[in-house]
Amino acid sequence: MGYNAIRILKEGLTGNKGWRPVWRDPEPKSEYDMVIIGGGGHGLSTAYYLAKNHGIKNIAVVEKGYIGSGNIGRNTTIVRANYFLPGNSEFYSHSLKLWEGLEQELNYNVMHSQRGLINLFHSDGQRDAFARRGNMMCNQGDDAILLDREGVREELPYLDFDNVRFPIYGGLFHPRGGTARHDAVAWGYARGANRMGVDLIQNCEVTGIDVTGGKVTGVQTVRGPIRAKKVGIVTAGRSSQVAAMAGLEVPVESHILQAFVSEGLKPAVDHVVSFGMGHFYLSQSDKGGLVFGGDLDFYASYAARGNLPMMEHVMEAGMTLVPALGKAKVLRSWGGIMDMTPDGSFIIDRTEVEGLYMDCGWCYGGFKAVPASGWCMAHLMAEDRPHEVARRHTFERFRTGEGLMDEEGTGSQHNLH
Amino acid sequence: MRIECPICGNRDRREFYYLGAADYLDRPALGDQDAMHKYLHLRENPAGVTRDLWHHEAGCSAWVVVERNVSTHEVLSTALASDVKRAGA
Repeated sequence: MGYNAIRILKEGLTGNKGWRPVWRDPEPKSEYDMVIIGGGGHGLSTAYYLAKNHGIKNIAVVEKGYIGSGNIGRNTTIVRANYFLPGNSEFYSHSLKLWEGLEQELNYNVMHSQRGLINLFHSDGQRDAFARRGNMMCNQGDDAILLDREGVREELPYLDFDNVRFPIYGGLFHPRGGTARHDAVAWGYARGANRMGVDLIQNCEVTGIDVTGGKVTGVQTVRGPIRAKKVGIVTAGRSSQVAAMAGLEVPVESHILQAFVSEGLKPAVDHVVSFGMGHFYLSQSDKGGLVFGGDLDFYASYAARGNLPMMEHVMEAGMTLVPALGKAKVLRSWGGIMDMTPDGSFIIDRTEVEGLYMDCGWCYGGFKAVPASGWCMAHLMAEDRPHEVARRHTFERFRTGEGLMDEEGTGSQHNLH
Repeated sequence: MRIECPICGNRDRREFYYLGAADYLDRPALGDQDAMHKYLHLRENPAGVTRDLWHHEAGCSAWVVVERNVSTHEVLSTALASDVKRAGA
């Protein structure tokens, strides 16, 4: 089903009765070449690129709930490529390039808006660190502009520039950064994958992974067994539970991250603004709600809801940065389950079980990675070797300590990121 | 969330620093790389009852093993880490 202006006008005038579901609701077949566990952003993009780039048609995505019911349906939607370390830098650069062509690729409006991202700094030392980061971004081929205080004031006049503890010295401006419509990304990939023959099987929880002689042979689901030559685990916060079905233990601890949305307001915040010192970031959705969040609650949790201390901290940080925020009402908040790794960077790798692959450890930054994660996971599963831009993202780096990607420079330990 | 400190009683979660799974009580011998990797990085990460280490940083400074349901935030029991270690659990 195509989307175009004439179609939308026609449907609008005839009560929108002509729209039909854009993906099938198939029964699981008894066997597939590849099964992807997890119908979120990363699982759907993996299936899409397996079909598109590698010509594999006999694929199933099995999803416990409904398509896009996890973190892809609930996040703060930021898309950026402002990473510093080799490994992350080229990966996120690749991802941003895929974002820039995504709407044409999928013929689907994912509302990708490159409104610009500004990371604020508050001291000379931080300015040096941001200048260095900006140079790394430019070296990677992406864009970064170091703004001084007046430069920030021109873009973000509503900030408190003279806060006693965190006066604003300037910001690192990443013009190609921005936001996208999170569920549209899932829907776009789902629709595209379905069109290429991928079976999207919802309400199909995986209950076991079949391994014979060190090789994966299929999965057990609540809708019966499915044989498969290769299986990919793409289950974010539930990575540990699914990996355990194959007898694997992974370097992941699931934590909670809260986010908040205000009532709808007139356009006021034109960019994505991050206030690292307060663990606070802010943008405004196209519906008008201010979207903001903070740091982890910092204890292992699957509750999908946070506690009040972090909520209070986020509100305080927000008021410190944007005093006018106090006039807005918070409409809703939620907590997502984050698959945290010790060094804060993700894993796309083979496992000890032949034919079983994992894409996990996205910490609190998985959304912007959706296109490149699928691209690289598909490459790994199809070719059985890592894609160039994700080759450093192995399990092995934790065992040996070589090639850790600790972006914050705080150490490689579970409670540090 | 409130946590029962074995010494100070029922206290606000903000007084505690979270370290992680109580695996940290069983430090392997130096030189065993695989055991050290498991100790530092690999986690069962259960979606139910877990035992983890909290430091009563803004209180008595005791290390506490907290048995918790991580899907409900219910605190089931607490014990001094030193007692747990001594009991060999």
